[in-house]
Amino acid sequence: MSEVVKKFMYLNRKAPYGTIYAWEALEVVLIGAAFDQDVSVMFLDDGVYQLTKGQDTKAIGMKNFSPTFRTLGDYEVKKIYVDRASLEARGLTQEDLVEIAWEDFETEEEIENIVEVIDSARVGELMNESDAIFSF
Amino acid sequence: MSILHTVNKSPFERNALDSCLKFATDGSAVLLFEDGVYAALKGTAVEPHVSDALGRLKVYVLGPDLQARGFSAERIIEGISVVDYAGFVDLAAENGKVQAWL
Repeated sequence: MSEVVKKFMYLNRKAPYGTIYAWEALEVVLIGAAFDQDVSVMFLDDGVYQLTKGQDTKAIGMKNFSPTFRTLGDYEVKKIYVDRASLEARGLTQEDLVEIAWEDFETEEEIENIVEVIDSARVGELMNESDAIFSF
Repeated sequence: MSILHTVNKSPFERNALDSCLKFATDGSAVLLFEDGVYAALKGTAVEPHVSDALGRLKVYVLGPDLQARGFSAERIIEGISVVDYAGFVDLAAENGKVQAWL
């Protein structure tokens, strides 16, 4: 395990299914989770559509990767942020988004939902605080 | 000869929908599919623009793409019709030409 822990932010700005960006981003997040870094996943612009509830891709013949988001907590991803203004422009609220639970296996500390809706100013601050931003 | 206009890009990311609505003449058909389906949803920043167009254009949205993205027919702007793949084919057949706004 690396001694230097860096803050990695995965920044998602694309809707799912229409392009491969969303799926690729999720793959990279899961791979990156193996490196024990301080990871956050940010959703803004059309990226907020990745988290909508009730996705059902049977009729378009593509893999539904929406359920995989709910496993992020198990990969020790604890920080998932959604830009409020992006939701509002799309007529969405937090009610429309999946919930992602998190549990610390050692202390059994539980958080029911780690998806946090934040203001745009906070999005900018979090970007500044990151050591590296992976953009999708 | 009538034209079926198709839009498969998100209205929040590209100007495909804007251009389509600007150039489609009265009575034309517009089909929203793939990421274009987001334009059919109620309560968005582009809803007024789409609602205005409903007065002079026939607007359709592809059901399977809506369902894939987690939205049901109740979330669609009134006046937009949901069609399936067979409906897509019918629209293409009924109209002489298809213009894809990529």
